Amino acid sequence: MTDTRHTADILGFAHRHLLGIDGLTAEQITFLLDLSDSYVALNRSDNKKTSLLRGRTVINLFFENSTRTRTSFELAGKRLGADVINMSVSSSSIKKGETLIDTAMTLNAMHPDVLVVRHPESGAVQLLSEKVNCAVINGGDGSHEHPTQALLDALTIRRRRGSLLGLRVAICGDILHSRVARSNIQLLGIMGAHVRVIAPPTLLPNNIERLGVEAFFDMREGLKDCDIVMMLRLQTERMQGSFVPSIREYFRFFGLDREKLQAAKPDALIMHPGPMNRGVEIDSELADDIDRSLIRDQVEMGVAVRMACLDALTRSLRSNNSSTASTQIGGPT
Amino acid sequence: MSPSAIKPTAMKPASSKAPGRVAYVNARLLDPGSGLDEIGGLLTDGAKIADHGPRLFNNGTPEDALVIDCAGLCLTPGLIDMRVQLREPGAEHKETIESASRAAAHGGITSMVALPNTEPVIDDVAVLEFLARRARETKLVKVYAYGTVTRDLKGRELTEFGLLTEFGAVGFTDGLKAVADSQVMRRALSYSRTFGQVILQHPEDPALSSGAMNEGEVATRLGLTGIPAAAEVIMVARDLRLLELTGGRYHVANVTTFESLNAIRRAKDKGLNVTCDTAPHYFTLNENAVGDYRSFAKVWPPLRSESDRQAVEDGLADGTIDVIASDHSPHDQDSKRLPFAVAEPGIVGLESLLPLSLALYHKGRIGLLDVLAKLTTGPAGILGLNAGSLAPGAAADLTLFDLDKPWLIDPAVFQSKSKNSPFTDYPVQGLVRRSVVDGRCIFGPDEKPGN
Repeated sequence: MTDTRHTADILGFAHRHLLGIDGLTAEQITFLLDLSDSYVALNRSDNKKTSLLRGRTVINLFFENSTRTRTSFELAGKRLGADVINMSVSSSSIKKGETLIDTAMTLNAMHPDVLVVRHPESGAVQLLSEKVNCAVINGGDGSHEHPTQALLDALTIRRRRGSLLGLRVAICGDILHSRVARSNIQLLGIMGAHVRVIAPPTLLPNNIERLGVEAFFDMREGLKDCDIVMMLRLQTERMQGSFVPSIREYFRFFGLDREKLQAAKPDALIMHPGPMNRGVEIDSELADDIDRSLIRDQVEMGVAVRMACLDALTRSLRSNNSSTASTQIGGPT
Repeated sequence: MSPSAIKPTAMKPASSKAPGRVAYVNARLLDPGSGLDEIGGLLTDGAKIADHGPRLFNNGTPEDALVIDCAGLCLTPGLIDMRVQLREPGAEHKETIESASRAAAHGGITSMVALPNTEPVIDDVAVLEFLARRARETKLVKVYAYGTVTRDLKGRELTEFGLLTEFGAVGFTDGLKAVADSQVMRRALSYSRTFGQVILQHPEDPALSSGAMNEGEVATRLGLTGIPAAAEVIMVARDLRLLELTGGRYHVANVTTFESLNAIRRAKDKGLNVTCDTAPHYFTLNENAVGDYRSFAKVWPPLRSESDRQAVEDGLADGTIDVIASDHSPHDQDSKRLPFAVAEPGIVGLESLLPLSLALYHKGRIGLLDVLAKLTTGPAGILGLNAGSLAPGAAADLTLFDLDKPWLIDPAVFQSKSKNSPFTDYPVQGLVRRSVVDGRCIFGPDEKPGN
């Protein structure tokens, strides 16, 4: 992934693709977060549009349903001035029997600059990235990684707490099926946070401790002294057979409510990657509590982070093609 | 990764009135937990044991205490039977909570744990609440219950272990049905860790155990379909692998074969969290008891060969088997007076549990305290019950019995509604004289103050 290391040293980001948090350094993550910060400012201004990516094509290739991630990438691309095309599985030729590689080759022939890919199978985005000439951003692959989600979570926390270093973060719920959990465990670990995972053993993957986290089966025990509580969606669509016996039991023991939250630090903040199942993994009123819940902040940060990723991954193109491609906005701060 | 601690709550019979203080004098105190075996006295205060010891009443008994002279009989913590089918709700013509409680009281059992294969099955907190209410109304022995592992015993979806645990379930089992699907069993062992609960398995591979009796010469002569001994070890060995994978707690009910005992012994040596029980018929009888198609000797798993019976004795002697449970399975005449292959399996056992177990001591196989441990501290430890101890502060659940008294088992006089026992006229030694629950005498002669 580091075939442009030399230019990247100059431009701040060493990778051609963003396939996962795995492989990124603390410096690279900090670079992306700093860049994102500048886009947050842009997004809050009246004129949200730049021409940084004018003439560039971004294709959102989604093999799995998504509303917020796809919209977020679409908006990010458009605000940077790129032409953005959305392809979802229902309108693609996959249904006609075309293979993933065929789809990649077909799209590649259209000369996009960035492909944002979401796929229900772990590893599918990497496979696709090996067959195309453009930059690929992983918009979520199976239960593997969702790097822009981890980045936006990190940005949200950093803007509230100043730094990730030394924070105690609990990731709760369906760890087994969660790509958000895997990307966050990586990123938070790299940035020096202490990560805990809390779930029934049936929703914890084997050897999870080897990823550098502490595992708990009990919410009150696991949430003790935590600064950040990340709730995950119960992914019933990925579940075959019964991992948990019922929704009411799941909420009783693993749903976040005020009573369980008391075990965490008094100023602990709540996050959720969405979409939420109210009354399943999180108490509805708590999710809407603006003093405790960062859920809306996360959505806002999502656009900025994706603008930063599109910016960072197209810098080498822009510097190769044009002498005027120096960043107009959002340079390293 | 420690499980959340939810203490099992007994479905306690509510005391009608406080029993006050009772002094048991001149008793042979047998406390398996502490290894005590000495003549002495024991004082209960209300529902708790206040104190015990050889010199407790050297300065006389307390004035306000009711005094019971035990005349040298054995006084032990009340027996716990961790495997009882109550048949209520659903089959009250075979047994009720009340008739089973009376049978238990006569058998010296002060706590019994009900299998969840009632009708409806105990896969929902509502059924547990019903049982708790009926036990309170009956006011005899303490009744605990397991929840089912899977909904409606279908072997597919797990039940709400957490909610059932909060409502008092002390473990999970599908009763006489083994959890056959390996993925379901894996998830059960795994999910139960959340609540620190034990999964109890009926040890028979269902596909191999559709027969009527143990596979062997007797079955061949009788023309009955056999259940091979291998059906047991296949299920146990699989589960032990899953246990190793999940790190849960696993209990094998009704162990009957040499091979499965070996598997359990090895797993224990490895440090796996496994325990097991057997029932008196498995170390008392062998397949020959089926004799002339006696359906009272039909039971699941089936009575095995003589060498397997001896292996069960060995397992009890060397500690591989932690618990003796009655496996009380009441059936009415209509369920048993049928051709052997279609008769219901099961043996009533509440009233013969202690004497049949004491035979292990009387024939010199196992020490007395070790036998009693399998009826008290063994099950209490596995299920986390506050029972099975004579220590001060423990529940005043006691059993007083005459160790040497010889008698013949007569199912006709059983308190149980069902009489399906193969032990008619079987000679035993050891007779229960008194059973005490929370300081109240629930079986035994009335004692008047000042007696």
